[in-house]
This record gives sequence, C-alpha cells and structure tokens, in this order.
Amino acid sequence: MKPTKLELLAGLFVAIGIAAIAWLTIQLGAGALVGGDTYVIEARFTNTSGLSKGGNVVVAGVPVGRVESIRVDPADFTAIVSLRVLSHLKLPTDTIASIKTTGLIGDKFIAIAPGADETYLKPGDRIVDTESSVDLESLIGKMAFGSVDKGAESEPQQVPASPP
Amino acid sequence: MLAALGRPFLRLLGGMGRMACFTVRSFAAVTKTRRLPRRLLRAIFEQGTRCLPVILIVGIFTGLVLGLQGHYVLNRFGSESLLGALVSLSLVRELGPVLAALMLVGQAGSALAAEIGIQRNSEQIAALETMGVSSEGYLVTPRLLAALIVFPMQTALFVLIGLYGGYLSGSAMLGLETGVYWSAVEKAIEARDLTECFVKAGTFGLITIAMCSYQGFSAHLGQGTGARAVSAATTRAVVLSCVLVLALDDVITSFLLHR
Amino acid sequence: MTDTPEPLLRIESLHKRFEDNVVLAGASLDVPRGSLVTVLGRSGTGKSVLLKCLAGIVTPDAGRIRFDGKDLDASTRADFRRRCSFLFQSNALFDSLTALENVALPLEQTTSLSDAEIRVQSLEALKQLELDAHHDRYPSQLSGGMQKRLALARAIVTKPELVLFDEPTAGLDPLRRNAVFTMILKYQRQFRFTAVVVTHDLDEALIASDRVALLDGGKMLFEGPPAAFTTSTDPVVSSFRDSAAALRESVAALRQTTAAS
Repeated sequence: MKPTKLELLAGLFVAIGIAAIAWLTIQLGAGALVGGDTYVIEARFTNTSGLSKGGNVVVAGVPVGRVESIRVDPADFTAIVSLRVLSHLKLPTDTIASIKTTGLIGDKFIAIAPGADETYLKPGDRIVDTESSVDLESLIGKMAFGSVDKGAESEPQQVPASPP
Repeated sequence: MLAALGRPFLRLLGGMGRMACFTVRSFAAVTKTRRLPRRLLRAIFEQGTRCLPVILIVGIFTGLVLGLQGHYVLNRFGSESLLGALVSLSLVRELGPVLAALMLVGQAGSALAAEIGIQRNSEQIAALETMGVSSEGYLVTPRLLAALIVFPMQTALFVLIGLYGGYLSGSAMLGLETGVYWSAVEKAIEARDLTECFVKAGTFGLITIAMCSYQGFSAHLGQGTGARAVSAATTRAVVLSCVLVLALDDVITSFLLHR
Repeated sequence: MTDTPEPLLRIESLHKRFEDNVVLAGASLDVPRGSLVTVLGRSGTGKSVLLKCLAGIVTPDAGRIRFDGKDLDASTRADFRRRCSFLFQSNALFDSLTALENVALPLEQTTSLSDAEIRVQSLEALKQLELDAHHDRYPSQLSGGMQKRLALARAIVTKPELVLFDEPTAGLDPLRRNAVFTMILKYQRQFRFTAVVVTHDLDEALIASDRVALLDGGKMLFEGPPAAFTTSTDPVVSSFRDSAAALRESVAALRQTTAAS
C-alpha cells in the first residue's frame, strides 16, 4: 500500500526524533568517543586533585581520549591514571602527560605532549614523564608570601583573555 | 467559613480525582480500541511534525541567548571555557524539557483541547458512545501514547538545536574556541542528566496531554455552554498544563537530585 | 405488523430529574418489533431525554428498559449498542472525517472486518442513500438534507435492529419534513429495522407511524395507533391535535377585536 503524505511526514519526524535521542545519549551521555577503536595507557602522578573520571585527554588542544580510571598505587601512594585514547594516535615513549585546568577555576584535563622517540607506547604501557596538578591554593599561598618557585610548578593554562 | 474554604478545596480534589480516573480509563481503553496505529500516526503528526518548526525556532533562540548570557557571566570569572557546560546542563536538565513542553502545550495541547471540546459540544463524543465506541479509546489513548513518544523526541531536538545556538553565539560570535565549547559540552553531560531530561519530558508529555484532553472532554461540565464553554476549557487546559509543568519540574528535580 | 407477546423495546415507568426539574415522571412505552413508533409532545417535555436514556447518554433515576426480553443494564448495554443506532438532532457527524470515513467509523471501531470489506460496505450504505458521489466530501460541504442522509447512512451501516431518531425534522420546511419522513419509512421497510421517532410534527407522524405516543408532563398520556389518536377525547391529546384549529380560533378572535376597536 502506498504511504499517505501524513504517514510519510509522521514517519520523517519519528526518524529525526530517534536520531536526536540516539545522538544525545551516545555522543554526550555515554561519554564514549565515537570514531574508532581506543587503547588504554597509564600515567603516574603525585597529585591528581581535581581530575575526575571522564576528564578529557587532549593533544595540542584537541580531545583524543578520556580518563578511564584513577586509583592509588598502594606501593608508593602515587596516583595511577588510566587514559583511553584513540588507537590511530601513536604516542612516542618519551611523551609527557600533564594535568591542566581550563580557565582559572575550570575542569582539570590531561594534556599530552608527544615526544620524539622512535618507539611508541603500547596498550597498558605507562607514561613516565608527568606533571601533576597545580595546587592552586598552595600556589596562591606561596604567592602571598612571595616565594613562588616558577621552575618547579607548571603555570596554569593561559586564560583566554577578553577584558570585560 | 469552613464551608467557604472547604468547597473549593473539595472541588479541586474532585477535579483531580476525575482527571486521574480519566487518564487511567484512557490507558485501559488500549484494549478496547481498534486500528490504533493509524490514529497514533495522526497524533504523532499533530504533536510531532506540526510542532517541529516552533520547537526548532524556540530552541535556537534559547541556545543563542544562553550562549550570550553565559559568556557574559563566565567572562567575569575568566571561565568562558565552561560555557559549553553551562549551556548544555541548562538545556538538558531544565530548559529543554520545560520549554519544549510549554511550546507543545501552546501548539498541540490547545488545539486538541479545543478540538475535543467542540466534539463534545456537537455531540460527536456522545455519538461515539452510542455506537459502542470508547470515546476515550478513540480520541485520547492515541494522543497519550503519542505524547510519550513525541515529547522526549522534541526535547532532544530542542536540546541539540539549543546547543548549536549556544555554539553560534559563544564561538562564532564571541570567539570562544570551537573545540573548547564542544568538549565542555561533551564532558558536562552525564547519563544521569539525560535520565532526568527524558524522565521530565515523558512526564510532562503525559500530564499535559492528559490535562488538555480532560479539559476538552469535560467542556460541558464547566460554566457556560457552546463556544464559550469550549474557549473556557481551552484556556483552562493551557493554563493548568503550564502550571503543572513548572510544578512537576520542581518536584522531579528535587527527587532526582537528592537520590 | 404483528404484535409479539414481548415487544422489541419496552420502557417501564422511567423517572429522570435534573436538580429541581422533573423531566420524566413514570414514562412507559412499548415498541413492537418492525414498527415505526412516534413519540409526540410539545417542546421541552422530555422527549429527547427519553431517547437519551435509551441511548445510554443519560442515566434514568428509576424505571427500567427492556430490550429483546432482557433488562438493559451494564452487562447488556454493549449488546444493545451493537444492535441499536441513534440519530442525533444535530446529526453529530465527525467534521474532520469525510463522508466515507464517517460511515466507516462504526465498522472500523466495533467490528473486525478488513479495510477492504469496510470500504465496500460503507460505499454500499452511501449508495443506498444516494450519497456515493459525495463520499470524499466533508460534512460541512454537504447540504442539510445530505447531512441527514449521511447520518442515517452511518446509523444503518452496522445493520441495527433498532434506530432512534431524535427530532429528525426539527427546523426543516414542510417539503423537507416530508422528504425526511419518506426517507425514514423507505429505509425502515428496506432494512427492516424498528424505529422510534421523537418529533413534534403531528401531521407527518400521524401519516407515517404505526403507533403514536404523546408525552406530556413526564408521562405517556396516549399510546396507540394513529387512528385512535385522531379520535381520542383526552383533553391534552385533543389540544395538541387541534392546535391548528385553536390557532384559527384565536386568530379569528384577535381579528374581531382589532376590527371592533
């Protein structure tokens, strides 16, 4: 039987509606990276305060993965962070992972600065070279007492400044 | 004194009871009605396809203004990078379900209250009953089922176009990095936010379409007759539906937040 | 016409009041199978309420209705609705459906016939009422008489045993009134249904009906064949029957007084 105009229009709406719901739940809700396979690497940090599961992993500002889990290594009380990254992204072994902040009080994310090594990290490997969270409060404290050690701590990400 | 206070209260209670019975009867009529898919399709067309333009227009403007206002506020704290989170959480948790429901009440709900009211007024509903056709099953059941399907869909579309609106004003107009906006959006939304979004959308759909149908159905019980009764029923349908949406929004939010 | 021991429809001392307004106070009526019974009465004497009690739109306060030997109650109501159709004074056509869809609706909703069968039967009903050329028109595009015929088509498409007509001739000119009564009579013979017609058109009713009843003050004041009605000496019956004569007298009296002054 030939579908009527009403059937077609209602059907069209349902198709668009299902697509919208699916996109919303898959793309945003499940937090999965659509667009290919992923693998997990680990990174050891002395301080991950403010970082949470599901946080972004970025290379050159582009999201390429998410924080899979954060746990404490019972041996030396450091934090082991599992990162799920897109598998087409080959990271050299001397890659540096650092915890950064979007804006002044924004969310923490992990920025990956790929190195220049000829060998690459395999799934389950660990990034050795890391920079931990900036503890903003102690930083402010130090600044107040005039003893900021600029070399030891990485400075917070530059605030996209457009003066009010 | 007591009687003066008690009577309106009893009337309110009676009205609520009647509407609850009406809604239950309408769902129970699923078994009594035939050729439901055909009328379900028409109801989806009325609530879905016909209301799509207004949903998209209101959605994009809501997103645009959220982007502008959000950027203004966050800029004061140097946190524009959170704009995506602000826009998406506002849309998903609150504005999407509520505004979509209000727009659907305005367009589909009022139309159906008036239509059923006129059918009551011209004895079409009585005619259905004398034919042995369940008037709730014929007129209301397909619309309630359609609301359960359509309201979440319209809400999802509202949210998506709203997110795009936020992107337009935040990134395209005010120069926030595209990736920063969208990654903040993606990161902010969790499964529970979407649960809240769709729970609200479904509830609003059910309660508003039930209210509009009920008011149309009982147009003859109110004051006045004829065209005036229909117009009074339509007004009641729209006003009470909007009040219910906002009240229920509060209830659902507090329930789901403190779980 | 043969009188069976139990008529198809029997109404026994029906009572109905709306707040302080007593509309029916013990109205009774027998409707023999296959007959055309007319209920006469002045406007506002509860004729429509009587019919609406039958159709189940209004619940009577007291009294009982027997249909085909069974009391009409919640359990037999569904069966009654299948076998009985109701023609509203306002026609109550669905204005958002075409003529064909209007006729098809009772079949679609109450039978398990296939779409094709429903279409055939609906078109057949339309054809019998000479409306098949207009099957895709909406009720608002049809004339008053056609709307009446469409309503009748919708009523007979389910092949009912009993059809209730609520003021089918209200507001029509004499020629149309005749046409409507002819139509009722014709299709009543053709489809062999029993008909109850509520009207206040005395002349047409007396010519067309098998039995006539007069409702006044909530009670049946007269019930019997038309011939008995014309010869009845009951004061209410005669005043209703001889209203034209009464009018003639009062007009003559008025003329006289104006002439005298």
